[in-house]
Amino acid sequence: MTLLAVQTLNGLQLGILLFLIAAGLTLVFGVMDFINLAHGVQYMLGAYLAVAGYGLTGSFWLAMLLALAGSLIIGLILEMLVFRHLYDRSHLDQVLATFGVILFLNEGVKVIWGSSPLTLPVPEILSGSIPISDGLLYPVFRIALIVSGLAVAALLYVLVSWTRVGMLVRAGATNAQMVSALGVNIRRLFMFVFGFGAMLAGFAGIMAAPILAVEPGMGDNLLILAFVVIVIGGIGSIRGAFMAALIVGLVDTIGRSLATDIARLLFPPAAANDVGPAVASMLIYILMAAVLFFRPSGLFPARAG
Amino acid sequence: MTAVASDKQAVATPIFRARVLPAIILAAFALLPPLAMALDDSFLVFFAIRVMIFAIAAVSLALILGFGAMVSFGHAAYIGLGAYCVGILAENGIWEFYISLPVTLLVCGLFAAVTGAISLKTRGVYFIMITLAFGQMAFFTATSLSAYGGDDGLTIWGRTEVFGSSVLSDRTTFYYVVLAFLAGAWWLCATLVNSRFGRVLQGARQSEMRLQAIGIEPYTYRLVAFVIAGMLAGISGALLANAAEFVSPAYMTWHRSGDLIFMVVLGGLGSFAGAVLGATGYLVLEEVLSHVTEHWRLIFGPFLILVVLFARGGLMGLIPGGKRHE
Amino acid sequence: MKKLLTAAVTAAALGLSGMSAQAESLKIGFLATLSGPPAALGEHMRDGFLLGVKEAGGKLGGLDTEVVIVDDELKPDVARTKVQGLLERDNVDILAGVVFSNVMMAIYKPVIESETILISGNAGPSPIAGKACSPYFFSTSWQNDQNHEVMGEYAKEQGYGRVILMAPNYQAGKDSIAGFKRHYDGEVVDEIYTKLGQLDFSAEIARIADAKPDAIFTFMPGGMGVNLVKQYAQAGLKDTIPFLSAFTVDETTLPATQDQAVGLKSGSQWASTLDNAANKHFVEAFEKEYGYAPSLYASQGYDAARLIDGALKKAGGKDKEALMAALAEAPFDSVRGDFKFNTNHFPIQDFYVVEGAKRDDGKYVVNVVEKVFDDQGDAYAADCPM
Repeated sequence: MTLLAVQTLNGLQLGILLFLIAAGLTLVFGVMDFINLAHGVQYMLGAYLAVAGYGLTGSFWLAMLLALAGSLIIGLILEMLVFRHLYDRSHLDQVLATFGVILFLNEGVKVIWGSSPLTLPVPEILSGSIPISDGLLYPVFRIALIVSGLAVAALLYVLVSWTRVGMLVRAGATNAQMVSALGVNIRRLFMFVFGFGAMLAGFAGIMAAPILAVEPGMGDNLLILAFVVIVIGGIGSIRGAFMAALIVGLVDTIGRSLATDIARLLFPPAAANDVGPAVASMLIYILMAAVLFFRPSGLFPARAG
Repeated sequence: MTAVASDKQAVATPIFRARVLPAIILAAFALLPPLAMALDDSFLVFFAIRVMIFAIAAVSLALILGFGAMVSFGHAAYIGLGAYCVGILAENGIWEFYISLPVTLLVCGLFAAVTGAISLKTRGVYFIMITLAFGQMAFFTATSLSAYGGDDGLTIWGRTEVFGSSVLSDRTTFYYVVLAFLAGAWWLCATLVNSRFGRVLQGARQSEMRLQAIGIEPYTYRLVAFVIAGMLAGISGALLANAAEFVSPAYMTWHRSGDLIFMVVLGGLGSFAGAVLGATGYLVLEEVLSHVTEHWRLIFGPFLILVVLFARGGLMGLIPGGKRHE
Repeated sequence: MKKLLTAAVTAAALGLSGMSAQAESLKIGFLATLSGPPAALGEHMRDGFLLGVKEAGGKLGGLDTEVVIVDDELKPDVARTKVQGLLERDNVDILAGVVFSNVMMAIYKPVIESETILISGNAGPSPIAGKACSPYFFSTSWQNDQNHEVMGEYAKEQGYGRVILMAPNYQAGKDSIAGFKRHYDGEVVDEIYTKLGQLDFSAEIARIADAKPDAIFTFMPGGMGVNLVKQYAQAGLKDTIPFLSAFTVDETTLPATQDQAVGLKSGSQWASTLDNAANKHFVEAFEKEYGYAPSLYASQGYDAARLIDGALKKAGGKDKEALMAALAEAPFDSVRGDFKFNTNHFPIQDFYVVEGAKRDDGKYVVNVVEKVFDDQGDAYAADCPM
């Protein structure tokens, strides 16, 4: 494979990881009009619970089950204690309160597990790798990551488009009062959606743990990236989030590998080493600003207005 | 509560909010240096300078956030820009305030005009994110300025001068200069809000169509407010550079932009006194709690949640007569 | 609000009472990054320092010692404010610690101008080693470039003719690459600057595999390093392209990288297997006290406490002139062996190549591979007017 093809694959794979995190965020945002900044720490909790679960059971798969259950339970507890009381509040109130949750959980994780980074081993069955170019191996686990991302995308598509719950979710997103007037328990629907979102965040954390450092605050920067993704895609749109995640992954990866080379054509070497990486770091933000300039509601607006 | 009582409060409240409370707050700040001297605690003055600098930034954000519903998530960029104007000029041997102040205003005003013109085409969360994007671009630009220290930052080996004299090096003098800027920024913003300009700004928050129907284009008003807010935040950055004698890209991280939003919301939306109280409360609480325990965020996080859940209207809502009645 | 003010006033009053401390006690302000992802470095350094104080019976140089630990949050302006509090409210005799260079640069000027002794337990930016050096400043770590220089020299010795250098796009990253190139004379195929806090390195790894250099050198502190080491191993490059690094493979990251970092080389002035009595005692006592393996940051913190202890004893008290003269003589047994101060008050010491290894008890540590520099000073000392 040529270098460009390898980089494209890498970009898609980063996009899939971003989609795993963005999916739950956009679902909760779109259905409940709720900005959940705590989505990033829920991702972090998924990773930590998986590490703890692995410590208890010694099996990646059991750890995954435990972590998913744990993510769901913690998500539901948070929903009952905090989030439930914020659904009818302004976005700013939601941001402030969920930021409080971030501070608390980041610090809590540090108190329980310490601040040194931890790890989760790749499961035996996925630990192999495939040579894709001379001297470069592609880990099977990354293929599993891509497959699971596609599976989540398909699952969400089916759930939202074809099931009764999905219909309610779509209806609830458009007009919650009307759905509630028709006798649907909107509170239970929201709780279901929120719990599902929490599990998605946890799942993303579990899948990221074998390739990334598990450390306090690991969700903070990803949260911003996830917001970039759902805003480019159009808030509330699963399809938009999927497309935007792939675009962001590709732009970021290819930009990183080419920006300095391009800068070297334009600037003297010393300046190029300043300009290239700086532009590469900004690229997704430039992309977002450009998209919003031309499409102020993102690429796939879920709702009119 | 009887109708009479609530009427009375409605009469008393605007005067209290507009005149009495600001006077009390500014007087408290003005009296702090003598008090600190009496307590023999010079650090109190140093700390209060920092509080007032962030209060200026919070007031500027409150102008667009509280009255124009523009949630800027890139406001810290202006603090950084203002600080870098002072730092870069100083590095090149230019210390005079009559150069550095106009340069700061110009640079921040230009940045706000360009990014604001683009950002204001969007609404709601999209606006939050596009301002974040511009803030991040400013941040990454600053980290790659290797000539001026890059990420390591830039030490300023002196203070801004006033016609060749370094009066600002005296902490008490500098304190009152910062206080004057705070009072000036506060006065400017309050005057703006109460003028026709301010009524259009607030009207646009409620119904844009109604304004357009009578021939007013809210976009221009929003942009002007956005530029003014950017310039005021730039001043706070220039002051911060002087107070810390150091400039760093860390001044413009998105965390810092978030802190500013929290200061404003914590104080209470729609009030400049709230912004000042919010900045004060946020920084004092952080300082006090961090002395209590290393894990102070375990207390601070739930505190934020409780404020949102139970103290609607933020700290202003806790002050008798401080709450806004709409 | 009232409550807050009361709390602030109470805090002020507490500060006041602290000032009336008796002359025979010692107050040390210890500034470290204890929050956010890089907190592990600060915790190691702090734990090392506190171990040194504890072993002296809580009395460094025989003086009742109080250590005020402060978290700088890795925000330069926050650090500046807190340091001002330590100087003016706590009236500390000595300020120690500081993990990151940007924090050091922010606090250096006010501390030096207040004529307070400043002992760096980690950060060593080049201005402080050169033009802006100060008699009040001492370092128990290294100048920032040095551990990178070690790897440049090592790459030259190993005959690696073509290397790729990779570091995050910030000042320390650029310094690191400049440091590597100081002694290296082969061909630098590529310099890759990555994003600060980067998660996924597959694009860079693909580029490295494509260029097939003789070795790579990288500086990826903290979580970034963990991500890179894991992904480098998973991409199968660990066994084909030698991985040289600094501040990337150490006891703060090894718990996360484990076997994937075993055999990866790093430049350091210290390792847990350095053979001297002080070090044996330190490693054993540290693990007994805290239950985890110390890193170079811990060793630097420990040395800082031991240095203060030795200098106070030699000076016979905390008289500033005498204490500074005593400090300059470094009257203590460093856990890294040879240790004396250069003219700029940075150490002249030995530097080693170390590698990640799994100990018999299952803990991951770094072991010495070979000594690269003997009694080495830094490149900036000549610029220091002292």
